[in-house]
Amino acid sequence: MSASDVIPVAISGSDLLALAPHIALSVTIVFVMLLIGIKRIYAISSAVSMVGLGTSAVLAFVQFYGALSNDTSQQITPLFRIDLFSLFFIAIICCAAFSLSVFAYSYFMRLKDDQDEYQLLLLLAALGGVTLASSTHFIGALIGLEMMSMALYGMLAYPVHSHENSGGSLESAFKYLILSAVASATMLFGIGLLYTETGLLTVIGVGEFGSDPSALIGIGLLFIFAGMAFKLSLAPFHLWTPDVYEGGPMPASAFLATVGKIAVAAFMLRLIAHTNALSIVSVNFAVLSVAIFSVLLGNLLALRQQNLKRLLAYSSIAHMGYLLIAILSFSVESDGSVSLGTGLAIDAVVFYLLAYMVMSLGAFGCASLISSSERESDSIADYTGLFWRSPWLAVVLTSMLLSLAGIPLTGGFISKFLVFFAAVEASQWLLLFVLVVGSGIGLYYYLRVIFQMLQTPSKLEPLGIKRSNWETLGAVLMLFSVTAGTLVLGVYPEPILNLVEQIGLSL
Amino acid sequence: MILLSLVGVFFFGGLLAWLSEFVDVRLPRWVAMLSAVICAGLISRLVFMVDSGGVGLLGWVDEFEGSWIPSLGIDFFFAADGLTVLMLALTVLLGIVSIASAWDEIKERAGFFYFNLLWTLAGVVGVFTALDLFLFFFFWEVMLIPMYFIIAIWGHENRRYAATKFFIFTQVTGMMMLVSLLCLVYFHSLQFGEFSFNYNDLLRVDLPKSIDLWVMLGFFAAFATKLPSVPFHSWLPDAHSQAPTAGSVLLAGVLLKTGAYGLIRFTIPLFPQATALFAPIAMSLAVISILYCAKVALAQTDIKRLIAYTSVSHMGFVLLGIYAWNELGLQGAVMTMLAHGLSAAALFMLAGGLQHRIHTRDMREMSGFWIVAPKMAVVALFFSVAALGLPGLGNFVGEFLALLGAFSVSIPAAVIAVLGVIFASVYSLWVMQSVFQGPSLRQEGKDSTHEALLDLDRRELFFYGVMMIGLLWMGLYPQTFLDFSSGVIEDLVMSDDAAALYAREFSK
Repeated sequence: MSASDVIPVAISGSDLLALAPHIALSVTIVFVMLLIGIKRIYAISSAVSMVGLGTSAVLAFVQFYGALSNDTSQQITPLFRIDLFSLFFIAIICCAAFSLSVFAYSYFMRLKDDQDEYQLLLLLAALGGVTLASSTHFIGALIGLEMMSMALYGMLAYPVHSHENSGGSLESAFKYLILSAVASATMLFGIGLLYTETGLLTVIGVGEFGSDPSALIGIGLLFIFAGMAFKLSLAPFHLWTPDVYEGGPMPASAFLATVGKIAVAAFMLRLIAHTNALSIVSVNFAVLSVAIFSVLLGNLLALRQQNLKRLLAYSSIAHMGYLLIAILSFSVESDGSVSLGTGLAIDAVVFYLLAYMVMSLGAFGCASLISSSERESDSIADYTGLFWRSPWLAVVLTSMLLSLAGIPLTGGFISKFLVFFAAVEASQWLLLFVLVVGSGIGLYYYLRVIFQMLQTPSKLEPLGIKRSNWETLGAVLMLFSVTAGTLVLGVYPEPILNLVEQIGLSL
Repeated sequence: MILLSLVGVFFFGGLLAWLSEFVDVRLPRWVAMLSAVICAGLISRLVFMVDSGGVGLLGWVDEFEGSWIPSLGIDFFFAADGLTVLMLALTVLLGIVSIASAWDEIKERAGFFYFNLLWTLAGVVGVFTALDLFLFFFFWEVMLIPMYFIIAIWGHENRRYAATKFFIFTQVTGMMMLVSLLCLVYFHSLQFGEFSFNYNDLLRVDLPKSIDLWVMLGFFAAFATKLPSVPFHSWLPDAHSQAPTAGSVLLAGVLLKTGAYGLIRFTIPLFPQATALFAPIAMSLAVISILYCAKVALAQTDIKRLIAYTSVSHMGFVLLGIYAWNELGLQGAVMTMLAHGLSAAALFMLAGGLQHRIHTRDMREMSGFWIVAPKMAVVALFFSVAALGLPGLGNFVGEFLALLGAFSVSIPAAVIAVLGVIFASVYSLWVMQSVFQGPSLRQEGKDSTHEALLDLDRRELFFYGVMMIGLLWMGLYPQTFLDFSSGVIEDLVMSDDAAALYAREFSK
């Protein structure tokens, strides 16, 4: 009961300052909307969106370093909490959204329809993600989640009037709409159950149910987990993922794969860290079986895919499974609470999310660079001989795929290494076995794509549609920085590891 | 610093070789050769450093330590002792040989080829010198990627299957090693209060009996796959037969040796008790490898597959010698590694040369080449008899010592393994007969494709000559090489209670 009583509901000036990234995003949204109303100039509305996203990323980073030096965290109404953890996720979500906005700019360049609203939807979805990542209250989380999902429906269906793509994107958006609504309902039901039992909606208070909670709490947590597992596309809640990824336009699928998952994962981490969820046998068992299912099923189903987007979809299922393995390796105290100070598990999770975001951005970025709203180059056959047709792009895509496979020199390796380490510390032998088997299977399909890129193509035709260098300059620069990021994470992870440790402690 | 610069020269040499392609397509091979020669120079300095002082275990002739990921106890820790120096010398020699063997063979995308070749070498040098186990694992995995590219791009008809299989086998067992390694580090942190991946620190870890064996098996799986030993060997014939000549040379000559090196350097010293328990099984695996793969080799028609199977068979002697864990056995293992490195590399070069000339590896289509290419035939005869263990050549010394070592711990194992030597004579001479003797297809006018069979040129003769001298040296005066590793091996055998445990286990 205590949490909501103590925290004032009124918002002070310093609270507003702490919410600066959110406010910057909101202002940008209004501004872009007005701009579109006045005159549609795609370049300008895109530029304004990018500036807005960039600004809030910078604001989040500034606050992050401020919080790092004086180690503060701020609860703003019971809904939000701005601490190192949420600032970190706000910053990386804004960065991801920024680069997705850049990719989308060249992707939708040739769309024979209004292009500007895509950027608007993207901003809205980013705001939803940021809200979700910083909320400590179920209502705040729901608002964020829904804001993100609603905008995503629009993004997935966006090129509906373009002749070639219309069927796929509409189907994709509808599937996501219906299943996502079901997931939200499931989650709401779980929240309701928790509320009936505890009378609380705050994440931090709800957790104080002692070591022997009633069955309702267990069931409620299970429902909430199922809802989030849907958003994270964990097996067996993954069925929508490949279809939605495949049907949606490349930048929207990329958004779903990166921001869409990271924001939900951030909230889930908060929930798990502040409740005794993992110590409840039924919840623990559910999370464990979902993790095992996701790793094995995701990797096995990816084996025979002929479409890069479907392949990445299944691979993302497996990756979220690896993430759960790290979460299951949290050390649980005797009273049921999660102890984050001991062990590497929380470091592994945060690092994994960061690395996963970077490598997914890179992989989808490459794909979106050779696709456009008029033609999706997403069949693996489209990548035949990429090494000889466009060597730099092939090097980028190869390093992203190797990173997803967890090969050294890349961020994916260090993150998988940390997951291994955390699981060893927690003596999760079964999960380690699954991890080894899953990664082993995973190698096969990543190598398949790489091998396809190494083949000599029958004729050296240019990729996708021809675009001027100007149109793709931003996307190319973005790809190079993403690649550099992956390599830095893989070769010199020390600074990030130190940060990640602080972030984990602040949770 | 020498060790770091070795890795650095290969690393930057690789990048430079790739970039130099844009200037002139003939430049990459010169860049590659130059970097290999520079490394040879650096290693010769190391060789003299070993000579000047007697070195034992943990008495490194050269080391380099720098900070990398301190929060997890990971450092850049390179060090070399006599054993390492031998391995490095072999690596660089075969590196030069493989560059020479690719000289005219690789015309397409030469820059990228030499880039991959040099990076493989950088990885191997890293594996041999890294003594921080994370760094070791890092290089262990890194050396696979360029090798994958070499097989996948410049390989033969079935390269996709071979390259993927090679990669998955080594990666999956690599992950098992990672799990074991992390267990070791975790127990170090429990016992000493901090994470450390340093070899010297991990040697002190005392694992609980219940998991000791399992943790050891993780390391064993990774090294036995690379070695390879039955039952982890099935990637090797595919990888070898599909790889371009330079790739086969590196695989057979150097990459397989990293597995044996890992067993000597890591598996046994880190887990003496578990090793003692496991030794009978490992020795049985070795004997099975020797006999089974020799038998399978007899059934091959693809000349590269045949040599690949004989490699597995010969590496069985290495495994046997290592798990005998006495001075003789270990010296034998090391000598076999060196001698097999040279002989197998030369045989793969010959097979590759044949394929380059007549575009087939099928021995049923070869006959009577002695008349057409007498120099090649003589060279082939030399390396075949070296492989079958003719006294006076290096392989004999190695296998003899390994068997002698095995004999003192397990007579049955040694006796059965000796049969492998007989098999070796059979298949070696059989290859000679079917390829170089018999009716010449050209004389009978049956086949015109063999018209193109040219004899070895001077450049090829030079490199075969160097390897011949090496094998003769090892065969006639092995002491030179034994001296390098004797200090390390004596200390390894002395420092563990394994030897005592061995006697007990085997006397049961």
